[in-house]
Amino acid sequence: MIRSITRKKPDEELDRLLENQDRVFIFGCGTCTTLTNTGGAEQVQAMQEYLASKGKLVTGSTVLPVACDNLTHEGLRAFSGQINQASALVIMSCAFGVQNIASQLQKMVIPALDTLFIGKETGVGQFNEVCTQCGTCVLGETGGICPVTACHKGLINGPCGGTNNGKCEIDKNKDCAWTLIYNRLAEIGQLDLMKRFQPPRNHQGEPSPGKILLEG
Amino acid sequence: MASKFKQALDQGKFVVTSEVAPPKGVNLEKMAHHIELLKDKVDAMNVTDHQSSVMRFPSLGAALMVKEMGGEPILQMTCRDRNRLALQADLLFAHQRGINNVLCLTGDSVVLGDHKTAKGVFDLDSSQLVAAVRKLEKGKDMAGNELDGAVSFCAGAIVTPEANPIQPQLIKFEKKIEAGAEFIQTQAVYDLENFKNFMEYARQFPVKVLAGIILLTSAPMARFMNKNVAGVTVPQEFIDEMASAPKGGAIKKGIEIAGRQIKQIVEENICDGVHIMAIGKEELVPDIMAAGGLL
Ligand code: SF4
Ligand code: SF4
Repeated sequence: MIRSITRKKPDEELDRLLENQDRVFIFGCGTCTTLTNTGGAEQVQAMQEYLASKGKLVTGSTVLPVACDNLTHEGLRAFSGQINQASALVIMSCAFGVQNIASQLQKMVIPALDTLFIGKETGVGQFNEVCTQCGTCVLGETGGICPVTACHKGLINGPCGGTNNGKCEIDKNKDCAWTLIYNRLAEIGQLDLMKRFQPPRNHQGEPSPGKILLEG
Repeated sequence: MASKFKQALDQGKFVVTSEVAPPKGVNLEKMAHHIELLKDKVDAMNVTDHQSSVMRFPSLGAALMVKEMGGEPILQMTCRDRNRLALQADLLFAHQRGINNVLCLTGDSVVLGDHKTAKGVFDLDSSQLVAAVRKLEKGKDMAGNELDGAVSFCAGAIVTPEANPIQPQLIKFEKKIEAGAEFIQTQAVYDLENFKNFMEYARQFPVKVLAGIILLTSAPMARFMNKNVAGVTVPQEFIDEMASAPKGGAIKKGIEIAGRQIKQIVEENICDGVHIMAIGKEELVPDIMAAGGLL
């Protein structure tokens, strides 16, 4: 299942965003941020204590089942009294949830998390970015491993000179995508795919902001 | 007309290139001094492009200066900072101002440099940049539009013969040649036996290879490179030799080692030339060349 992977913003940034807000309501999310331990019940509780220690009045809190879902409005209605007393909403969901809530309430929203990437849980507590939804998928040429995403530079013709012991030049804990791709293609006997020169990519497969209207 | 550097390569001369590092700022005195010192000794001077992703005076400006001072510049171009429009525009400008050698590089990641939060571009990769040069030479831009006046370049690229794993690196090497690279500069090579194996393989391609020679300045520096520079392995014997140098004599020892390597490359006809990188000690390049029997 794809997940929205988030990380808590630094306290200093949160403090700055909340400078002129004395009364806040806190939202968590029961889906992705619960999985990543960034916006589940425990983290919402901790945030509540942190904000109280900073002298904020927390008017209430809730963990929405799926903050990005349309049904969220029902959850919002159930807490409308406490929400109305707040001047700002501290939201511990991914940015989809923040935008969803912002579009439904006339309140200042403050994301408590940074949304890092849409990823996959590849092991216990380990999350990897596997697709950046580029609009021009090359997986058919790379044995199903995405260089646009897994290579730090998004290279499509093979590794850069920085690859070291099969790891990426930016972090020895990250695999070099091109070592993975090479190994995979060698394994399935398709190395010829890697030898083919790839022309420069179309970076405008669906020019941002993406918007699709199904016809008929 | 072919560039002077290309003529030297084509004539089968053992070519020697060195490096010009643009300053961080607008004081060009030191760079001018290095250019003056080296321009008549080496066949061409590589002008680095925000080396290690550290913001500096532009390579295009410094290459122009090499040209104006009567030297032969090789413009290094990385794909890190410019998209395909900007890269092509810079190539047009370089050609128009008489800079006719280009070394196409992917470029280090911005997170390794001094502007760590910048956006890395990488619209093209090094092999695609070589292909773009070749296309501009045919009078067309990358989108296929007619140019009013085409360019011509001697275009090169890089290989790391000691990369680990090596196979993906070699596939990329072949793609660079397929895209039209005429010369290949290598990352530093110290183990010449390894390098000979690489050259045996590389010889099947129509490309000139310049071996990278990085001056060792101390035993700790050599150990640092082994630990931190991808695809560079300084053999233990060289580290021991550096460590054995008398106090204050490490650089002299480094020059001696580099000279010995160059001599062996020339004598055994291992490759077509050397690219000497003295990293901040460019004034020592003539000494290295002399030690290698090139002066
Ligand atoms: S190429 Fe990579 S980023 Fe683009 S759609 Fe395919 S998997 Fe996603
Ligand atoms: S080391 Fe590998 S993954 Fe990292 S930027 Fe270079 S090619 Fe991409």
